[in-house]
Amino acid sequence: MDFLIMNEGFPLLSTLIFLPLAGAFILLFLPGENVQRIWTMLVTTITAVISFPLYSGFDSTTAKYQFGEHMSWIPALNINYTLGIDGISLLLVLLTTFIMPLCVLGSWTYIQKRVKEFMVCLLIMETAMLGVFMALDFVLFYILWEAMLIPMYLLIGVWGGPRKIYASIKFFLYTLAGSVMLLVAIIALYLQTGTFSIPLMMGQGYSTTFQIWVFLAFFLAFAIKVPMFPFHTWLPAAHVEAPTAGSVILASILLKMGTYGFLRFCLPITPLATLNLGPYILWMSVAAILYGGFTALAQSDMKKLIAYSSVGHMGFVTLGIFFLNRHGVEGAILQMINHGVTTGALFLCVGMMYERTHSRELKDHSGIAQNLPIFVSFLTIFSLSSLAFPATNSFVGEFMVLAGAFSVNKIIAGAAIPGAILAAAYMMRLLQYVLFKGPGRPDIADLNLREIVTLTPLLFFVFWIGLAPEPFLSVMHTSVDSLLEQVNMAKAAHLALNMVP
Amino acid sequence: MLFAPELLLLTGSLVLFCLTLGEGKGKVAKNVALVLAIASSILSLATLRLEGNLFFDAYRIDLFSQVFKFAMSVGLVAVLVLGSELKGVDDDVQPEYYLFMILSMLGLVMLVSSVELLTLFIALELSSYSLYLMVPMRSDHKGLRVQMEAGIKYILFGALATATMLYGMSFIFGLTGTTYLNALVPKLHGIASSPTAMLAIALFMTGFFYKLAVFPFHFWVPDVYQGASNATTAFIASIPKLGAVALLIRITTLIAPHAGETVVTMLMILAVCSMFYGNLSALVQKDVKRMLGFSGISHAGFVLLGLLTLDATGFATSMYYIAGYLFMNLACFVVICKVSRDGENVLVDDLSGLYKRAPLLALTLLVGMMALAGIPPFVGFMGKFMLLTGALKAGHLTLVILAALNTAIAIYYYLSVVRVAFCSSPEERPDVRIDFMTRFVSIALIVVIIVMGVAPKQILEIATSAVRTIL
Repeated sequence: MDFLIMNEGFPLLSTLIFLPLAGAFILLFLPGENVQRIWTMLVTTITAVISFPLYSGFDSTTAKYQFGEHMSWIPALNINYTLGIDGISLLLVLLTTFIMPLCVLGSWTYIQKRVKEFMVCLLIMETAMLGVFMALDFVLFYILWEAMLIPMYLLIGVWGGPRKIYASIKFFLYTLAGSVMLLVAIIALYLQTGTFSIPLMMGQGYSTTFQIWVFLAFFLAFAIKVPMFPFHTWLPAAHVEAPTAGSVILASILLKMGTYGFLRFCLPITPLATLNLGPYILWMSVAAILYGGFTALAQSDMKKLIAYSSVGHMGFVTLGIFFLNRHGVEGAILQMINHGVTTGALFLCVGMMYERTHSRELKDHSGIAQNLPIFVSFLTIFSLSSLAFPATNSFVGEFMVLAGAFSVNKIIAGAAIPGAILAAAYMMRLLQYVLFKGPGRPDIADLNLREIVTLTPLLFFVFWIGLAPEPFLSVMHTSVDSLLEQVNMAKAAHLALNMVP
Repeated sequence: MLFAPELLLLTGSLVLFCLTLGEGKGKVAKNVALVLAIASSILSLATLRLEGNLFFDAYRIDLFSQVFKFAMSVGLVAVLVLGSELKGVDDDVQPEYYLFMILSMLGLVMLVSSVELLTLFIALELSSYSLYLMVPMRSDHKGLRVQMEAGIKYILFGALATATMLYGMSFIFGLTGTTYLNALVPKLHGIASSPTAMLAIALFMTGFFYKLAVFPFHFWVPDVYQGASNATTAFIASIPKLGAVALLIRITTLIAPHAGETVVTMLMILAVCSMFYGNLSALVQKDVKRMLGFSGISHAGFVLLGLLTLDATGFATSMYYIAGYLFMNLACFVVICKVSRDGENVLVDDLSGLYKRAPLLALTLLVGMMALAGIPPFVGFMGKFMLLTGALKAGHLTLVILAALNTAIAIYYYLSVVRVAFCSSPEERPDVRIDFMTRFVSIALIVVIIVMGVAPKQILEIATSAVRTIL
């Protein structure tokens, strides 16, 4: 257990996981829709507040997993309940706890039917998502990873738009089909190492062939979740049909699980396969960036536009990861957080408009800048952030990714550059419609206080990360260095092995 | 005390027999049966740790048999509650119906304790023939007489399987000169890899493959599931399968460490065929019971994954899985029985908007279907996960990949049921009203499915020590 710094005293991580679940259970017995909304808000806010000590108590000088908890679960198979976070998962955990209250606020009036069930689904989602980022046991990880499917399916399938059935089934089948081979890979790893502990699986000298097979099984599951081109087709459907909170959760947190999977599993467990197959994935990322950009340019549905832009943005993240240098990986992690903040905010904006106009078409919102100055100010800033305008958060992330890229491979890096221009083009097109074209909509009202409160924290982070990213980057340095060290050591060991005559 | 659950069921069936002599005692008979089921669960729990032999060592009480008896009795309680109104069976035959149900249960309870070929055969036939009679007892509103067709198919295929099994038994007796399982083991070990012994074991197993509905002994499944009344199907689909798995484990242990590749290969082929056949056929079904029938075939294939590892852990996993299957399946049948208004079959479309018509039933259906599909945190996932781990440990990589693929195929039809229940509007369909007992059973099943999935430790330990008592 030398990889884990045990948490003495209050089990913070378990509390974070089980608090929303307990909240969901109590919610089942609460009457009245407003009481239910307030209760959910309360639970998610408390979860967010008690997650702050994770940051303040985080020791950024060690690459070990912190706040660790360890309990025997199924001894027959050596399965344990092991939790812990490091510099890679810390920010994602905080992002999750921080986004959830905003999701509840954002669906305050959007959800009118079956409020209780909706909120129960949200809280169960929060439990599973937090667990995925904290789990250090592969079975625990897999259980939570899959357990997320049912509440998410219901969120889309029950509260979704007109094509919700198609979208929810596609989401479920795609994700499940991808994860099936992941399970086989996990079992294969267990049979090699005799443990399901994720840190103990790292740095073992598996043969290259074995690593490649395991990597491919991992890759299928995670690439679908990211989603990487050409596995992305479930995403636009799910995004468009999901209710606002569903879209926000999907974009801000669920997609991050794919890239988190790459960082947590592919790189350290199968380093040789990563080195072998990395270049192909880099080109797939470039394809995703360009494809996402071009497709977003052609959309007239605002949600679809943002969904395709997500494909492009996540392409930058995978690009950064598989260049395997410090700038790239740190930029990728930061970009994961940025995308969560920015795209989440954009989906909230679209949801707010949908509540007013019952349309997501660009042309139905032309010229609303005249009538809704506050809304449009928010929208403009988030759009600029989405296209990586300097002084906003995405600029820092994208800059770091590209800086890392140019130091390794100028051709691939150069190929990704048009993606940044495309991002500017499609976001500008959106802004052009909303700001300048058309007569405006005098019939709709500007944002109310609740909506302003929902968006303001996100705005705050856009600028904080954009102007002073150091507090976010400093926590990940050690973990990222140790991750890259693991990959390099495997490479060196492999080379040394081949040198032996 | 050793024989208490059996004695209880035997006395109970006598009481029920007396009831059948009068008229219109359906309600009384039902209550008697329910009391019997509850008492039998308590008694088998009380005798859990007892051990002993009866009837010239032909009948053995040990942890293995008592665990199965307990699980089957609990299942019977659920079956009786969910079929409480017995909408699919005419009033005048209801006492007989319950009589046969208890007799069949008695047969199964005796089956898991039998350690001698003839005792085993008698117990199996006692349970089978009672079941054969229960199938055609469905009331015939439409005049299509589907229940008769189902009954005939059931009995014909059953007789065939029994004949093959007897043939296998005759080989075994011929090879070893004994009918006691204990005495068989050492004698079979010497000749376990000879073709005759292989054939004998394979033929012997067919009787239980038939009960478990393993391909290619599954032909009765779709029609019987569809033709029998909902409550009967709930019984057929769950409890006899436990008995079948118990006996398959016993038979496999006869040859366990020394079995040649042949038996393992046979089980592998049957497992793969069952999974693919069951899942692919289930994809296109419109009748929920028929769909569950095909899904049952694929689950039977999964159970075989545990058997073919030929070690104690594998057998224990099979036990765990089939016990989980009992509860997942019953959760689905609770919904079928309650949604069906006068005992007619339930189509997938009849479940439309169930989450508005009966939220608790919809939740039960969701949990049951998702557990069958193998989604965590339910018991179906844990069972599949451990079966796959065991099979991969035994070196069957291809088999494990095929099984994993099947999980992905299967999700589609389970999900389409859930989709109908949650994502479509109820249209003109009326609300479903459920009584207190159903409510209780639904919640209990949901809790059991989750708890077994999240905390399998104790159950696995019991199953492992149960398996060790018969090795």
